[in-house]
Amino acid sequence: MSTGTNRQPASPAIPAGPLTEKVSVRNLKFYYGNNLALKSIDLPLYDRIVTAFIGPSGCGKSTLLRVLNRMYDLYPGQHAEGEVLIDGRNVLGPDQDVNALRAKVGMVFQKPTPFPMSIYDNIAFGVRLYEKLGKSEMDERVESSLRRAALWNEVKDKLNASGQSLSGGQQQRLCIARTVAVKPEVILFDEPCSALDPISTSKVEELIDELRADYTIAIVTHNMQQAARVSQFTAFMYLGELVEFAETAKIFTAPSDKRTQDYITGRFG
Amino acid sequence: MSLYAARKRSNRIAMGLCTVAAVFGIVWLVLILAVLVWEGVSGLSWRVFTEITPSMGSTTGGLLNAIVGSLMMVFFAVLIGTPLGLLAGTYMAEYGRYEKLTHVVRFINDILLSAPSIVIGLFIYEILVAPFGGFSGWAGSAALAVIVIPVVVRTTEDMLLLVPGQLREAAAALGLPRSVIIKQVAYKAALAGIVTGILLAVARISGETAPLLFTALSNNFFSTSMTQPIASLPVVIYNFTKTPDENMQQLAWTGALLITFAVLVMSIIARALSTRMKK
Repeated sequence: MSTGTNRQPASPAIPAGPLTEKVSVRNLKFYYGNNLALKSIDLPLYDRIVTAFIGPSGCGKSTLLRVLNRMYDLYPGQHAEGEVLIDGRNVLGPDQDVNALRAKVGMVFQKPTPFPMSIYDNIAFGVRLYEKLGKSEMDERVESSLRRAALWNEVKDKLNASGQSLSGGQQQRLCIARTVAVKPEVILFDEPCSALDPISTSKVEELIDELRADYTIAIVTHNMQQAARVSQFTAFMYLGELVEFAETAKIFTAPSDKRTQDYITGRFG
Repeated sequence: MSLYAARKRSNRIAMGLCTVAAVFGIVWLVLILAVLVWEGVSGLSWRVFTEITPSMGSTTGGLLNAIVGSLMMVFFAVLIGTPLGLLAGTYMAEYGRYEKLTHVVRFINDILLSAPSIVIGLFIYEILVAPFGGFSGWAGSAALAVIVIPVVVRTTEDMLLLVPGQLREAAAALGLPRSVIIKQVAYKAALAGIVTGILLAVARISGETAPLLFTALSNNFFSTSMTQPIASLPVVIYNFTKTPDENMQQLAWTGALLITFAVLVMSIIARALSTRMKK
């Protein structure tokens, strides 16, 4: 990252009016076994706002993301303490239906992960589980999801082809379409562009820009220009702590913490 | 310079030794197959598939009852063994991946995988043949199923472990419950490998003689009753090779050729499937 702070691209404007907290992280601690990976995080994610998580490798930003949809539940020995409120309800509680939570909080991963099935089924698969749609309604849902992910024109003539036959960038947009199809309220992006070429990256970024109108979005990224380009708020994390959380413009131009300043100017990380 | 020359020389020597070892191994295999084809093909005729095993001194007869018996026992053994193996392998790779029980099962399964097949035959004799009054096709199938199970357990577990965790996470991230993820994502991704394992298990039991000797015994007549003793290709081959009757010896060669050919075809299909899986 050779670009200085003065050449950061402008981040999207924050809409006027009061922001509503869609997700509130309260005093969150996370453990891998006995190893404390997140130290008491407090953080809001605002409705219809993109929040970027930045920080050096191992700082806990992906871990934080994986707490929000309880992905850690898949593995023994990992547990979270504290609260994550979504619409005011703590989703870390034992009474929370994890599958329902994940349908509401979608996730797009670092590596594109199309399922071993057709493009059509990749999208219909998740929808079928939660909604009984007729053939034409499902066709419509698949089309609108693919349009949403700016993939429709490239795949409309080969919906029966395997999802794994697409290029990396197309696969990632297929994964975004698949996530959008189940109508989530929050979408988590875990370094969605780190395996993509620059053209695909800019397509995904444009997409995030459009999705912002309808969803609460969190994105983990190693690319600081990307954070500056797509997000309105940025959280800088370091060694499992949330060092600074503010409007993206402020983080990149006038950070209040020395560590944030050092990181975004490329002095470490 | 001399160092480089020395390295080239030792490379040539090592290469030469490897080639000799490879040729030595393959020569015997080719010889076995050549003798089998040489001796077996001359006995191939329609009567092998249409007539039942002859009695001593006869000049006709075939292997019909043995072929049918083998097919039936192998079919039922796979029918019994595959679901059990599949479920156990699924538990080990998916639900119980981090459980202690999985390590115990894996250890025992590995022992079972290399258990001498005659021991398995004796085991089934003790629990199914002796107490329930006699040899039967079911006992034979049960013995073969005991051989099938560990092979299927092992391949199912291995193939499911090869399915990337990211794929499971991606499915979980859509809110899919575990059962759906396993059935529709993990199985689909591991399908070719699991089918390969089942085919290899079929290939393995097609040629087993020892577990059938004390369980299915054999039968000189045509029978499709699984509650009665039933003929099978390996046992018929075993019995016929011990007779002085030339017609029977010829049928044994032909039977051996048939089994070998069937196993070869299955191995090739399994091989092709697993290559497709790896691409």
